[in-house]
Order: sequence, then structure tokens, then C-alpha cells
Amino acid sequence: MATVELRNLRKTYLHEEIIKGVSLVIAEREFIVFVGPSGCGKSTLLRMIAGLEDISAGDLLIDGQRVNDTEPARRGLAMVFQSYALYPHMNVYRNMEFSLRLAGMPEAERRQRIGDVARILQLDPYLDHKPGQLSGGQRQRVAIGRAIVRNPRVFLFDEPLSNLDAALRGQMRVELASLHRRLGATTIYVTHDQVEAMTMADRIVVLNKGVVEQIGTPLELYHRPRNLFVARFMGSPPMNLLPVTINAQIPEGSVQVRTETLSVSIPTQQTGLEAGAPATLGIRPEHIRIDPQGAVQGVIEISERLGAVTLLHVRLPDGQMIVVQTGGDNADRADTPIRMTFEEEHCHLFDADGMALARSTDHPLLAGA
Amino acid sequence: MARTSTHMRHAAITVLAWGIALWMFFPILWMVLTGFKSEPDAISTPPHFFFSPTISSYQDVFARENYWHFATNSVVISAMATVVALLVSVPAAYAMAFLPGPRTRMTLLWMLSTRMLPSVGVLVPIYLLARATGLLDSRTGLIVIYMLTNLPITVWMLYTFFREVPVAILEAGRMDGATRWQEVTQVLMPLALPGIASTGLLSLILCWNETFWSLNLTSSIAAPLTTFIASFSSPEGLFFAKLSAASTLAVAPIMVFGWVSQKQLVRGLTFGAVK
Ligand SMILES: Nc1ncnc2c1ncn2[C@@H]1O[C@H](COP(=O)(O)OP(=O)(O)OP(=O)(O)O)[C@@H](O)[C@H]1O
Ligand SMILES: [Mg+2]
Repeated sequence: MATVELRNLRKTYLHEEIIKGVSLVIAEREFIVFVGPSGCGKSTLLRMIAGLEDISAGDLLIDGQRVNDTEPARRGLAMVFQSYALYPHMNVYRNMEFSLRLAGMPEAERRQRIGDVARILQLDPYLDHKPGQLSGGQRQRVAIGRAIVRNPRVFLFDEPLSNLDAALRGQMRVELASLHRRLGATTIYVTHDQVEAMTMADRIVVLNKGVVEQIGTPLELYHRPRNLFVARFMGSPPMNLLPVTINAQIPEGSVQVRTETLSVSIPTQQTGLEAGAPATLGIRPEHIRIDPQGAVQGVIEISERLGAVTLLHVRLPDGQMIVVQTGGDNADRADTPIRMTFEEEHCHLFDADGMALARSTDHPLLAGA
Repeated sequence: MARTSTHMRHAAITVLAWGIALWMFFPILWMVLTGFKSEPDAISTPPHFFFSPTISSYQDVFARENYWHFATNSVVISAMATVVALLVSVPAAYAMAFLPGPRTRMTLLWMLSTRMLPSVGVLVPIYLLARATGLLDSRTGLIVIYMLTNLPITVWMLYTFFREVPVAILEAGRMDGATRWQEVTQVLMPLALPGIASTGLLSLILCWNETFWSLNLTSSIAAPLTTFIASFSSPEGLFFAKLSAASTLAVAPIMVFGWVSQKQLVRGLTFGAVK
């Protein structure tokens, strides 16, 4: 197993910089996920690591060795493509065998390895099928099997589940996670689906326009977004964001913010906040409580019942829409006026530049992190 | 109602297709029939559909010229020109399809434009070049010329077929440790085989039927079947039966070949459409 280090990696296509200096150290056995909106450069970055794209500037190190100019196959990586990219003219066995044959592995050993991998992935019955005869999920498994047989130092995945339907995607997500635990291989996984990112990653790298916005564990990103971009991107339904004005800093580590119709005191360690400065208040749907004595009022526009939880889309008196998550047994209907309380210790505050202000309380799982 | 009209349309299309096919095939049929007529029957007006068949024209043709000499030339020249054209155009099309540069598109168009020049426009320079290099009336000379004139077409066709191959599959090959050579021979070529085959077939047919250069650059040693036909057309006036017999002999091999490989050809030419 291996470590991977990115030192200020850059990629330029015809004068346009696509990757603008990404640095990252990936530990042995770590499962790293690159997320970001479409076109942010996730695939490009992954392909630079794979060796399918040239690196315009910076250094790429695998196990401490600079591999910028090493051919893809010699980097000891295996990649699973979004389109699977199986060899259509070879059966499943040959697909998995191809790299081993090129590497000159003896026949008996090849058969043994492929047999083992086919068993893990439940591909035994399909070894003599051509890819065209397989379902999407089976093709996906073959693509993963083709990567595993090589016993690579690092696995690279580029949106491997995006062609599957929702149910299969959920199942493959669990399978991939357990496969990772079993093989313990360093893994870099690209997705634009933040649920995949949250559930599978040891650490997530949030990319935006070729720049790293934040690197951290899923819970860190969820509970301590460094800026508005990450706050918006992580979490579904997304965090509610309200433009506010700073009212006054209350001396004992707390600040009061207000809009025309509401006023909240948020605990913060940030000092020197100027009264009257614009800011953004962030609060996740699950941190808004329905409370007949609550200070915030609004009217329900739509109620989305998901079964276990209900999402209320609420219009505030100033016209802003927010989403409130309540229990699945909530009976409130559209057009009902309600009152709510914002859990102050879970509020986020972002300054005019969109940077998060230091918080004074933290999620229990993150204590000490 | 809708059902009946669909049936009607199907029937109409079938009739139309047969009509066009017969219309295109008729001259060939007429040529074959004429080959089995006597000379007076062949030129009689109105033409005879019913006649007593004779193979005397074929006997005359075989008696006068050495058919096998011309046929061998045709086979060797067409096959060699096609093989060399493929050897040159597979790497060229690979480079253009998978490693395109800013000028690739222009190069392709320019190559095609050379086909638009009438051959006679370069007759004098080519003739002089062939004479200077001792390639007049030699198989090598015709092979080189045929190969070069077909190159734009073979490169274009292969380029289109290669473009249909998903790049990710080749990249997977590279990740799996394939060298450039292995990537082309073990991944790309098997995938593009129908395309390569139909490109080869087309080149073969074009070479077989090429007349202008064979008439102008060969006389006896390297003359292919097109020259063989021509030798029956001019000097003795109009011997239609003999000319038809000779023509039938000349086109028969390529027609049989085309018939046999028909399936392959259709599959290759509709490669992208059917998927
Ligand atoms: N060969 C290329 N030439 C020029 N620009 C390119 C090339 N490949 C990618 N780009 C540009 O680089 C940017 C990043 O592309 P990339 O494919 O890495 O995005 P992505 O984050 O993977 O997006 P998606 O989620 O849609 O897959 C895009 O703006 C794209 O237009
Ligand atoms: Mg991508």
C-alpha cells in the first residue's frame, strides 16, 4: 500500500489554467474523495495522477518517488472509468487477464488470481461472457475486478456509480466500502454526489474551479465548513443561508445578528466584529426546531414527507425561503403559520467574503479533531 | 387503418428497391447475355432476348489473349496496393484520430481535395517520373500509383472508424500496461476490424476497376484486366459479343469476391449506425 503526495499540481490547456495548484498528502490505506460541481477539474486531477494527462507544473509523488514522467502502468495504479471501458471483444476472464498477461505473469498464477477476484465479486458464472451480455452492475464489477487483479498500490475511481440506478448505486456503495476495508488499498474516488462522498470517504477534498476549497473528514466538512461554498455544497437538503447584519458583539464570546424580522445570538470566538457589517447566517434544516414559543415565525409553503422525516419549506416574513426538517409524524399542512427556534449553538456565521467565523461550540464526534 | 397504410408503404418501398436494383443490374446482365451470343445476334436490332447460346466468343477471347496473365496482374497489383495502403493509413488514421493537432482537420480535407483533381491533370509529370524511375509497364509502378491515389480514401475511412472507438478503452489499455504497439494491435484493431476490413475491400475494388493509369502506364508485362478489356474494344471495330465476353471475364472475380464479402462490407460501412 502506498502514500500519494500532490505538491502544487497545475494543469494548463492552451493558456487556460484548469487545476490551479493543488496540494494534498494522502496516507496509506486512506479513502480520499474528490467532490465538486461539474467542470471543477476532478477528472482532470485524477487523470493527472493516473498519468493519462501531463502535469503542467508541480510534483506528484507515490511512496515518496516523483512519478511526473512515469508511464501510467509503471505508477502501480489501477483505474475504474465512469464508462467502465471494458474491452468489448474480450470475455470477462480475458478482460481481467489482460494486464497480467502484459506483465508476463505465468498462466497458473493468472488463473489463480482471477479466480480469487471473481469469487470476491461474485463474477464466477460470467467469466466467459462478453461485456455486452452483462447488466450495468455486472459490468461495474468486472471493471472493479480488472482493477483489483493487478494488486495496485492505489485505486482510482472516476464516478464509477453514476451510470447505475439509485438502488444499485446504494448497494455498490456499500460493496465498495467493504471492499476497501478488506483490501485496505489507498483509494482516490471522484464523484459529484455528496452522499457518496459523505458515506465512503475518510477525507473529502472539495474542489471548485480548480482550487481546493477545503480538505477534511466528512463530519468536519459538514459541521465546520470553512466557507460558504463548502457550506452550500455539503449536506442534503442544503444549509439555509440568510443575509444578516451584525448587531453587536456581546462580550462573553457571542455575537448578535439580525434581519428585519429576526434576531439571533450566535456563540463565537471571533472578536472585533463591527456592528452594521453584512454577514451570512447559516443553519442546517435539522437545527431548526418547531416551537410554539419560538422567536422566528413563518408560513409553510410546501411540506415534503419523506417518511422518516418531513421537510417543511417555510417562507419567512421578509420573503426568504428556508427548509426545516422535522419528524415524519409532523401533520402541518401548507399555508399553516408556524413558529420556530434556531438552535443557536448550531448556527454558522460567514463574513462578507464568505469565510466562516470561528465557532465556540463543536460537534461531539469532532472534539479534539 | 394505420396498419394497412404501413403495409402499403412497405410494399411500395420493396417494389421501388427492386426496381432500382434491377435497373442498376441490367447493364451487367445484358453484358453477360451478350457474351453468350453470336456476333450477328449481338448487334441485331431490335435486340434478341431469346437466342441459341454459344461459347464461341469465350473461345475466341481465350485464343487471342492470355487471360490468366492479365488476371494475375490484377490480383497482385490490387492486393499489394491495398496491403501497403493499409499499412500506411492505419498508423496515420490512429495519429489523426487519437493524437489530433491543430492542423489535423485541414490535413484531412487537403488529402481529400487531391482526389478532386482529374487524373489526366498529372498525367505528364507522373508519366515522366515513371519513365525516369524505370517503373513504366511494371507492377511496382502501378502498385505505387494505386496505393497513393487510394490513400486519402483509406485514411479518411479508417479515421472515421477509429473515431467511433471510445478513447477510455484505449486509456484502460494504457493503464493495464499496454505499449503503444499493443494498444493498437490488441485493443484498437480488434475493435475496428469491421472498419479495417471494409476499407480494404473498398480499396481492392477501386484498384481492380482503375483504368486510366493502367492504360497509360502499362502495355503488356504489367497490364491488368482493364487493359485486357480495352484491347478488345478498339482495333477490329465493334465485336460486341467478344467485348462482352472479355468484360464478363474481367469483372467476374471481383463480383464473386464482393458477393462473398457482402455481409462484411455492409457491416463495416454501417459500423457507427448500428453500433
Ligand atoms: N482536453 C481538454 N481541453 C481543454 N479543456 C479541457 C479538456 N479537458 C477538460 N477541459 C476543461 O477542464 C475543466 C475540468 O474538466 P473535468 O473533466 O476535469 O471536470 P470534472 O470536474 O470532472 O467535471 P464532471 O463532473 O462534469 O465530470 C472543464 O472546464 C473542461 O472544459
Ligand atoms: Mg469528470
